Amino acid sequence: MSELTLFLIRVAYLAILWIFVLAALSVIRSDMFGARVTNASAGQPAAPPARGKAPAARAPRRGVPTHVAVTTGSNAGVTVPLSQAPIVIGRGSDAAIILDDDYASTRHARIAVSGDQWFVEDLGSTNGTYIGSVRINQPTAISLGTQVRIGKTILELRK
Amino acid sequence: MSGFTPASSMPIFVHRSRRGAELVLMILAVAVGIGAYTAVGLGVEGKIPVDIVGYGTWLVVLLVAAHVGVRLMAPYADPVLLPLVAMLNGVGLAVIHRLDLAAGASETDAFARQQLIWMTLGVVLFLITLFLVPDHRMLQRFTYTAGLGAVVMLILPMLPFIGKTINGARIWINLGPVSFQPGEVAKVLLVICFAGYLAVHRDALALAGRRFAGIDLPRGRDLGPLLMMWAISLAILVLQRDLGSSLLFYGLFVVTLYVATERKGWIVVGGLLFAGGVFAALTLFSHVRVRVFTWLDPFKYYPVGDDGVTSSGQLVEGLFGMAWGGMIGRGFGSGEPWRIPYANSDFIIPAIGEELGLTAILALLLCYGLIVERGLRTAIVARDDFGKLLSVGLASSIALQTFVVVGGVTGLIPLTGLTTPFLSYGGSSLVANWVIVALLLRVSDQSRRPLPTAPSDEDLAAEETQIVKLDKGALNR
Repeated sequence: MSELTLFLIRVAYLAILWIFVLAALSVIRSDMFGARVTNASAGQPAAPPARGKAPAARAPRRGVPTHVAVTTGSNAGVTVPLSQAPIVIGRGSDAAIILDDDYASTRHARIAVSGDQWFVEDLGSTNGTYIGSVRINQPTAISLGTQVRIGKTILELRK
Repeated sequence: MSGFTPASSMPIFVHRSRRGAELVLMILAVAVGIGAYTAVGLGVEGKIPVDIVGYGTWLVVLLVAAHVGVRLMAPYADPVLLPLVAMLNGVGLAVIHRLDLAAGASETDAFARQQLIWMTLGVVLFLITLFLVPDHRMLQRFTYTAGLGAVVMLILPMLPFIGKTINGARIWINLGPVSFQPGEVAKVLLVICFAGYLAVHRDALALAGRRFAGIDLPRGRDLGPLLMMWAISLAILVLQRDLGSSLLFYGLFVVTLYVATERKGWIVVGGLLFAGGVFAALTLFSHVRVRVFTWLDPFKYYPVGDDGVTSSGQLVEGLFGMAWGGMIGRGFGSGEPWRIPYANSDFIIPAIGEELGLTAILALLLCYGLIVERGLRTAIVARDDFGKLLSVGLASSIALQTFVVVGGVTGLIPLTGLTTPFLSYGGSSLVANWVIVALLLRVSDQSRRPLPTAPSDEDLAAEETQIVKLDKGALNR
């Protein structure tokens, strides 16, 4: 094999190597700038316009939640102001809302705020945290009145 | 609700799946791997290697399996990590094959073939890890189990019968026909243990103690974990004579501790302890002293130093190789990389530098940089503390390992025995690193996946409207 051929092979190979690196860089670049930016609320499907003659007073409330309340379960009636966020919920004595619920873990879930959006996050509980019938497996946005179920307890954000 | 109502809008990224981009990069990575193999054949033997079809098929099958596995089990995972790893592994295989040809190894005892078998095992474990760990947070339950497992793994080579000393380091165990470095498995387990422990205890460790020179030093009573890790690292150094792993484990803990607590004080304290350890090791152990002497003045000890024992032959041959390679290298088959002892494991970077030059070395280092960058980006977008610390730990394990070994062979820092991740010959390291990539992809998939939709304000309002409507109807009646 001639010297020139070997030289060309070497240069061609180095070129392939760098093409790969540059391709990887361009994917990273498009990954950084190509992601769609949406708003947390706009990300949800838009609500159908209120049907019928719903009075303006009952139009979607845009209130800001001020506390979290236990609505169902043996601790029903307990409320904790959201100013103490992040709020840990569980059976342990260090939890902000101490549940007397056999199906709750010591540190079961946490309610935290990011911007104006409230989130509930499961802290690796045994029996899980549910919104509706869906077991959450990552921080999930909640709003006024969203029912968060932990064992036999249901909590929600209140104004 | 326009985008300009900051009261209720929080911008969130919706990551795309990007599996198509990953496929394109995978094809390029395969081209780089098989291209290297072909170039080796052309350069060394003057013809396209006869087993190129079999070899290429094997490599393609492995990488397609990995890609399909990611598609099925981690559809939102980072698109760049897997191709980068595949490419490094492919180049490593080709260079090991080139050194096999130089050594005149036969088909069966060739290192490249063994490495390909280890890579197969690595990809299988990669898929198994993705399958068994559907959510990385389940690993947090095994925080202390992982810690215990790591300690057991580290003790295994010390036991009689199964422990084995190779080249002065007692880090091997005998498993029938193959020997294995349990320290590589311990590395992964330790990262899980550090992340799990610090995710829970970081608040306590972040408490500030005395303030000195503008930096909050940690409290004395919180030094326990750091001191313990320091003692373990020193024990590895003393009992197993493994400088590289000792450095890696200690560095990993300090990095994870710093990221978890955001306190610069820990770096200061960690650095001081490290300096103390280095000083003690220098005065007490001759094998550490040799490494430092040959680093400070490699040519004085080439090939054998004045004292007749100390030798920097390996380091200097590597430096000669890289110098001769220059900018674009000698080309496969035109260099003499077999002059470097252990060119296929610790010294694979000088071997590549000799035949492919600085251009290739820079490309490879850039790839390591990108792997680490993707790991740290995963940590940034991860939604839970454990995931953040886990991906920081995994990314810095690759970063530290690459820095320690490349810095060592280029003469930047004293030489320590560690494998170059994915590139070097070494089964235990390759398998462990494939598992590390699987875990990184798992965290990345969890954190890039779009959030599940919860009932929104509007839905609830709509529900309420209906109830009120009923009331109204009753009143009208």
